[in-house]
Amino acid sequence: MDDVNPTAAVPSDRTPDTPRDPMVVIDGVNKHFGDLHVLRDINLTVGKGEVVVVLGPSGSGKSTLCRAINRLETIESGTISIDGQALPEEGKPLAQLRADVGMVFQSFNLFAHKTIRDNVTLGPIKVRKKSKSDADRQATELLKRVGVEAQADKYPAQLSGGQQQRVAIARSLAMGPKVMLFDEPTSALDPEMVNEVLDVMVGLAKEGMTMIVVTHEMGFARKAADRVVFMADGQIVEVGTPQEFFTNPRSDRAKDFLGKILTH
Amino acid sequence: MGDILSKYDIFGAFWVTIQLSVLSAIGALVLGTIVAILRVSPVRILRLLGTSYVNVFRNTPLTLLMVFSILGLSFILGINLSQDLSRNAYLWAVVVLSVYHAAFVCEALRSGVNTVPAGQAEAARAIGLTFGQSLREVLLPQAFRGAVAPLGSVLIALIKNTTVAAVILGTSEAAGLLAKITENEGASLPTFFLFALGFVILTLPFGILFTHLSQRLAVKR
Ligand SMILES: Nc1ncnc2c1ncn2[C@@H]1O[C@H](COP(=O)(O)OP(=O)(O)OP(=O)(O)O)[C@@H](O)[C@H]1O
Ligand SMILES: [Mg+2]
Repeated sequence: MDDVNPTAAVPSDRTPDTPRDPMVVIDGVNKHFGDLHVLRDINLTVGKGEVVVVLGPSGSGKSTLCRAINRLETIESGTISIDGQALPEEGKPLAQLRADVGMVFQSFNLFAHKTIRDNVTLGPIKVRKKSKSDADRQATELLKRVGVEAQADKYPAQLSGGQQQRVAIARSLAMGPKVMLFDEPTSALDPEMVNEVLDVMVGLAKEGMTMIVVTHEMGFARKAADRVVFMADGQIVEVGTPQEFFTNPRSDRAKDFLGKILTH
Repeated sequence: MGDILSKYDIFGAFWVTIQLSVLSAIGALVLGTIVAILRVSPVRILRLLGTSYVNVFRNTPLTLLMVFSILGLSFILGINLSQDLSRNAYLWAVVVLSVYHAAFVCEALRSGVNTVPAGQAEAARAIGLTFGQSLREVLLPQAFRGAVAPLGSVLIALIKNTTVAAVILGTSEAAGLLAKITENEGASLPTFFLFALGFVILTLPFGILFTHLSQRLAVKR
C-alpha cells in the first residue's frame, strides 16, 4: 500500500483517487457465468455523495456489477459492503439492506397492476412500515418532484417511457436510499424523452445523492459525474474524472471505445 | 321421460355433482397455489418437491387415483375419512379430485406467473420486499389475473371429471345415476341428452364468466 496516498486507509483499493468516506466498497470481486469470467477482480470504492458513471462496451459486465451491488447477482469471491455493512446472504437482512439501495432499471419495471401512486407507496408501507396516509403524502411530493403528479392514479401502461422511468426513480427515492444504482436508465427511451429523465438524475446528483450510473450519456457524465469508470471484458480498465477520461483516455481500449461512441 | 324424472332423483344427483365440484375446486385452488409457490421458490429442494407433485398427479389417470384411494388407502391401509362407508367414499372423492386438479391449477398459475416480466420480481426485491411480500404484492396478484383463462379451463375439466368419482361413489352423483338408469330402463337417447344438458348448464356459465373475467382483469403491459 502506498503511504504517500492519503486514502491508503481503504484496504486493497487500487483506484488512484479513493474517496475518504466510503459508501460502497467493492473489494476483489469475481464472478463467472459458466465459462465466462464476467467480473475479474473488481475493486472500486464509491464515496458518500459521489456520482460514478460506469461505461464500457456491450458485454463488459457493467450490468452484472450494478446488480451484484444489491445482490440481484451473487458473487463468487470478494466482498461488497454498503455503508460499512457487508452484503448479507439471502433472507430478511438482505431485504433490509436492499431497501437502502435504490435501483433503476433500463426497462422501468413498474408494477403493472398497481397505480403510479401505489407503485411508490408499496415499499414505504410494507418495508418501512409507514402509515398509508404518510406514504401517500410522501408519494405525492416525490411524484411532483419528478414531474408526474398528474398521473398518480393511472397505471404504468398509460404513461410514456420517460414518465415511467421518472416514476421508477420516485419509487426508489421513496425508500430513502443511501445509494442509487442506475442501469442504462435512458437506453430504452425515445430520444425526446431522454432529457426529462437525465434532468431528474442531475438534480439528484446536485442534492448529494450517492449514485452509480451505467450510461453512455456523455452529457450526463460531464455534468454530474465525479468519476468515470471504464470497464472492458469484466475488468475495470480505467478510472478518472470525466474531463480526464473524455479528453485524454490512457488505455487503448478506452480510446477505441470513445472513438466509436463519439462518432455517432 | 317424465317417468324417469319422477322415479329417479336426478336433481339430487346433480346437487352431489355440484357439491363435489365446489369442494374440490376450493381444495384444488388452495393446494395448487401452495404447489405453485413451491415451484417458484428460491429453495431448490422445494422446487423439486413441487415439480414432482405436478409430474406424479398430472400423469396418473384420475380413475386410478380414485380406485387407489378406496382400495389402497382406505381398505388396505385403513385410512378412513369417515366411519360411514358412503361418506368415506364421498370425502375421498373430494380429496382425490382436489389433489389431482391441484397439479393443473399449479400449471395454470405458473403460466400466469410467466406473464409477469422477470424485471418486476427484481424490482420488488430491489425495494426491499421479502420473498413472501414480493409473492403476495407483486407476483401472485398478476399471476392470478394472467391465469384466469387457464384456471377456467381447469375448473370446467374438474366439473366434468367429478363423473369419474362414480367408480367409488356408486349412483349418488350424476354419472353414476345415469349408469343406473341405463341399466334399469334400457339405454335412451333423451335420458342421455338430459344428463349432457345438465353438465352444459353447469359448465357453460363458467366458460362465459372466465372469458369475461380474463378480459376485464387483464394487466395492461
Ligand atoms: N444470466 C446470465 N447468464 C449467462 N450469461 C450472462 C447472464 N447475464 C449476463 N451474461 C453475460 O455476461 C456478460 C456481461 O453481461 P452484462 O449484462 O453485465 O454486460 P453489460 O456491460 O451490461 O452489457 P450491455 O452494455 O450490453 O448492457 C455478457 O457476455 C452476457 O452475455
Ligand atoms: Mg447492461
